[in-house]
Amino acid sequence: MEENSVSQHCDVLLIGGSAGSLEVLFKLLPQLKPALPFPIILVLHRRNSAESSLSDLLSAKTKATTKEVEDKDQIVPGHAYLAPADYHLLIEKDHSFSLDDSEKINFSRPSIDVTFESAAEIYGPGVVALLLSGANEDGTHGLLMVKKWGGKTVAQTPESAQMPFMPHYAITHKAVDHIFDPQQMADFINNLS
Amino acid sequence: MIEDDDIELLLTDLFDIYGYDFTSYSRASLKRRVVRLCSLDKFPSFAELRYKVKTDGHYLKRFVEEITVNVTEMFRDPIFYKSLREDVLPILGTKPFIRIWHAGCSTGEEVYSMAILLKEADLLRKSLLYATDLNPSVLEKVRKGIFPLNQMKQYSESYIASGGQKDFSAYYTANYGQAKFDRELSEKIIISTHNLVSDSSFNEFDLILCRNVLIYFDKDLQDRVLKLFDDSLGSLGYLALGSKETLKFSAIQNKFKQLNREKIWKKIV
Repeated sequence: MEENSVSQHCDVLLIGGSAGSLEVLFKLLPQLKPALPFPIILVLHRRNSAESSLSDLLSAKTKATTKEVEDKDQIVPGHAYLAPADYHLLIEKDHSFSLDDSEKINFSRPSIDVTFESAAEIYGPGVVALLLSGANEDGTHGLLMVKKWGGKTVAQTPESAQMPFMPHYAITHKAVDHIFDPQQMADFINNLS
Repeated sequence: MIEDDDIELLLTDLFDIYGYDFTSYSRASLKRRVVRLCSLDKFPSFAELRYKVKTDGHYLKRFVEEITVNVTEMFRDPIFYKSLREDVLPILGTKPFIRIWHAGCSTGEEVYSMAILLKEADLLRKSLLYATDLNPSVLEKVRKGIFPLNQMKQYSESYIASGGQKDFSAYYTANYGQAKFDRELSEKIIISTHNLVSDSSFNEFDLILCRNVLIYFDKDLQDRVLKLFDDSLGSLGYLALGSKETLKFSAIQNKFKQLNREKIWKKIV
């Protein structure tokens, strides 16, 4: 992990998580520096409920402006974006979001794979992607795509995850550059530039 | 591996040969659909897919059906339907006749949901629901009103969450894993192909629903389609969009007022 001491470049930070990922975010987000020079895109599996209180919850934990994405929103550095429930979240060449309500992928909509792959194609080596706790295979294919396009990938240490399956699956499929616990993730993100 | 330029070639073919104009569709989603179809139908390369589309009119039907998204459900976003029940239908009910347009209706689950709302408000007899889509094959499903039985439990829950008080299963007959909805509902539905990209207004409506269709269009096309809806709405008519779509930043936004937190707007001029 020696390359960690050298500041890693980042144009967009992707975070994917499923069961057990919220508490990691609640620990991680408050530790992030204000005004990070890149946008954060969060793709979390959740129930489609009428009230989108999740973005309020996350918003309270971070200094970045946090919003649930609406169709065609422009991606702005320093802001955090949450994929809306029941839509896949895609990224266009002009760095705006597109939504897509097509079939579920890995039993999930939003699917982490879909957003990670889309971001990898647009941002290439500028992507840094984190995969957190979860009980599903979603995310591994996306991480592989991020790597293929030259980006960096991180999985949560399975021992620190409430649901180790998702990060473990990514690690065993060689989709991961670094394996960090939540504290190491915070330090890593704060050193991105 | 499909390049962005390949997609542009394909779109040019589709327009030149068949007159289908997908050039204003959002690229990220469109490309994903093409990649998906290429692997689903096991084309060894993009060139084979392109050749098939160019030369096989029968395959074109499948192609158009598969690159457009035809995922829909009954009473999706129950609170939206609750607002239709409580805020919109009582106003429409004062009219002698109600015309509703479901633009881009896909297989018609939302059209049948609407027909149920109208029936429960005792307005179905004086209503007509126009269901349009660019895919003829999905319209065939609307005509039949047959949906998978295994979806009914979820639809029934959404129906109740929308304020429905009846036994949802009273609206259909179950048979061989399918649920066939009552003829009383389907006979009020008028079906026609209509392409939002290229076709013009064909009637004046009191309510237009176009939910989760505009997300697949770029901003220019969205504006054109919203203008088409504006032209197709009578005064004080209503426009309903998907839960993440908006009239904000569009050319027609000043002519409409949003009713409440749901994505329903009333035409005010």
